[in-house]
Amino acid sequence: MRNVTIIGAGPAGLAAAIAARDAGAHVLLLERAKELGGILNQCIHNGFGLYRFREELTGPEYAGRFIDGLHDIDIRTDTMVLEISSGSVTAVNPKDGLFTVTSDAVILAMGCRERTCGAIGVPGDRPAGVFTAGAAQRYMNIEGLRIGKRAVILGSGDIGLIMARRMTLEGAEVAACVELMPYSSGLNRNIVQCLHDFDIPLYLSHTVTRIIGRSRLEAVEVAEVGPDRKPVPGTEFRIDCDTLLLSVGLIPENELTRAAGIAIDPHTNGPVVYDDMETTQKGVYACGNVVQVHDLVDFVSDEGERAGRAAASGQPEGAYTEVQPGSGVGYVVPQRIRHEGAEDTVTLFFRVRKPCRKGSLVVYDGEREVLRKKRLYMTPGEMEKLPISRELASTAETLTVTMEEDT
Amino acid sequence: MRYDCIIIGGGVIGCATAYTLAHCQLRTLLVEAENDVAMGTTRANSAIVHAGYDAIPGSAMARTNIRGNELMEGLCRRLDVRFERIGSLVLGFSEDDLSTLKKLYERGVKNGVRGLALLDREQTLEKEPNLAANVTGSLYAPTTGIVDPWGLALAMAQVAARNGVEFAFSSPVTAITRKENGFFVTAGGQTYDTRTVVNAAGVYSDIIHGMIGGDSFHITPDRGAYYVLDKSQGKLVSHVIFQCPTEKGKGVLVSSTVHGNLIVGPDAVPQTDRTDVAATAESLDYIRRTALLSVPGINFRENIRNFAGIRARGTPDFIIGPSPVDPRFINLAGIQSPGLTAAPAIAQEAAAWLRMAGLKLEERDDFIDGRTHIEFRRQPREVQARMIRENPAYGRVICRCETITEGEILDALHAPLPPRTVDGVKRRCGTGMGRCQGGFCGPRVHEILARELGVAMWEIEKDRPGSQIALGETKEADV
Repeated sequence: MRNVTIIGAGPAGLAAAIAARDAGAHVLLLERAKELGGILNQCIHNGFGLYRFREELTGPEYAGRFIDGLHDIDIRTDTMVLEISSGSVTAVNPKDGLFTVTSDAVILAMGCRERTCGAIGVPGDRPAGVFTAGAAQRYMNIEGLRIGKRAVILGSGDIGLIMARRMTLEGAEVAACVELMPYSSGLNRNIVQCLHDFDIPLYLSHTVTRIIGRSRLEAVEVAEVGPDRKPVPGTEFRIDCDTLLLSVGLIPENELTRAAGIAIDPHTNGPVVYDDMETTQKGVYACGNVVQVHDLVDFVSDEGERAGRAAASGQPEGAYTEVQPGSGVGYVVPQRIRHEGAEDTVTLFFRVRKPCRKGSLVVYDGEREVLRKKRLYMTPGEMEKLPISRELASTAETLTVTMEEDT
Repeated sequence: MRYDCIIIGGGVIGCATAYTLAHCQLRTLLVEAENDVAMGTTRANSAIVHAGYDAIPGSAMARTNIRGNELMEGLCRRLDVRFERIGSLVLGFSEDDLSTLKKLYERGVKNGVRGLALLDREQTLEKEPNLAANVTGSLYAPTTGIVDPWGLALAMAQVAARNGVEFAFSSPVTAITRKENGFFVTAGGQTYDTRTVVNAAGVYSDIIHGMIGGDSFHITPDRGAYYVLDKSQGKLVSHVIFQCPTEKGKGVLVSSTVHGNLIVGPDAVPQTDRTDVAATAESLDYIRRTALLSVPGINFRENIRNFAGIRARGTPDFIIGPSPVDPRFINLAGIQSPGLTAAPAIAQEAAAWLRMAGLKLEERDDFIDGRTHIEFRRQPREVQARMIRENPAYGRVICRCETITEGEILDALHAPLPPRTVDGVKRRCGTGMGRCQGGFCGPRVHEILARELGVAMWEIEKDRPGSQIALGETKEADV
């Protein structure tokens, strides 16, 4: 029986744990929070599980479906992993103290974190009342606290949009949602259901240029940005608010991965993975937002299951074909497709660089076109999926995925 | 209720003075306008222990800089404060710069700085391969160091408190009355009776001096902004990298910090508002462009925090000594750079002036020096394992970026001068200083603070009064 250690019990880790156990492995599941479920616990809105369960579940309900199936798995919550090195995982918790476990496979499922105010360098004061959208969500939905009366949302990522609605329902006024790009980075359904339905104005091609307030936030200064995404002088206006929520992007959390010497893809900031979710280090797998930032949890669960099955079986090493992003495409996961594998079809996941009304996804092997699929609407806010046959992949030198706009 | 000395101001100068006076059989009170120590210039500066080649020979700045630099290492070792003597390079890019470097070298030698050397281009690049290729030479100062500035102020204050120095926070001084045997000092609504006063009020020191009618100096504060970059950039340079000084200041520096990050800044913007520490877009742009001239490879996309600090400029030299109005009122004013370095020496001089003013500075025989600051992440694995066995709270990691445990937060809450705000915990423990900037640990630190202080979550402030993070419970809004 293979031993599999899983780091993180959010949607990716939960699915991986169940799949690995079902495939016959002995599973140890480590979670830093006191509860299982990860970020799903604070996502009390519905819309989870449409693909997987054909139902609109809330985050905790979606997590619950998996948590209910966790029998015969060794679970340690309140447990922080300090280090991974050659199959050994060192962790701490108050009950077991400091411990090291060695297993046949390790699955990385640490998720991602939010980009902060510092990361985007908003000038001005540093008062209370500036939150990342996820931190605000935790305050409201887990701690049951009211965080502000009048808010501005910077960035139109999904968590920001969801929080615009949440704050409105909680009696706060959301004065504006401000987006740097000429299009939203969130799902279209969230733009409609969270902004339009509540008459919250969305300022595209705008940004916050100054944070004002010594103790608690008093106002933000907003300006239009030009094509270079720099503020246009003279377009500044002030919005009085006591709360600024930032929803300006998510970053896969790979400190452990980097420290373990696993190759990181500069396009995703996540580990380079094979189609079975193994990283460049034998026996170490990765899944979920630690690999690429997803917009739907259903696909996170799929990735977790893939990693869990592979970790439980132990894939033989072998030849593979590299997959890389080409023109119009930001990144591609997996970055490597094995020539031998359990499934005949491999799905490529990626995001286009800019919105496109009508175009095609085209895959090249070197100069040679090997696959072309028409798409009606593509946007960076929605992850693209493109199935490709393993046979095709295994005969190629290198696959390059591109997006071509119809002219 | 009568004090031998009231220290006004809990920055690094006031705290150093408190620490020095704590060695003596005196009744000392430190009054601070804000709710914690190190809330002014001390919280937002370059965190450099300067070698001492900048100051004019014979000045108070030169004298206290050299002495402070000598004292710093032992002081930080006793108080378990992070200090590293990493050395510095002042870069030259032109003939003019090289003659400035030569002048600095000569000035440094006159001031008594040890180990100074003028390096040519090759020697410079050998020490720092990531410098701009057009560097033509540098001044090397091996005695330059980096320190945790608020950690130093806090440690000195904690030892002072443990040895009987009293602290009154949230107590801005509103009036000082001279009387025959001392002063009445009104702070935070209380009036205290004292023989002597030490004015360490930073950018407010001229206003405090004015309360006894003094007008011998005026502070014109200026503001300097900074970038703090992720630890991924922290090893880009291994010395403090300065540019040639101009009339505007010491230029933009690039250095690793004792926390392992990269600090870049400051600029110098004169201003009238003594409380404005906003970092403007112009400042940040200027600093970024200027720093890249020294170290072109800095990846500013790895920025995790911008801040600005305010410094007490306006006087040509440090003012250390009795007020012309009253010899029992000791001014420690105009303490701009290198004030952090000079603090331990300035405190010794302050004590000497207090003796001149008639205080008896008899050493206590029960003074307990030293302090330990246990950081879980810096311990070897076997020590970590033992720590958790002895106190399971060390097994609960609260700040995942910096690996700060609940045990360390509880230690801070039970040490002298405990934190009362989320930022107070940050300054003591390092929570929220990492790349997620408290996105994950902020609410958990907040919860621990509320629990330990026995107050509701919405009563907890982030930092200054009025900086509440939460307003109340949900479903209480006026809908």
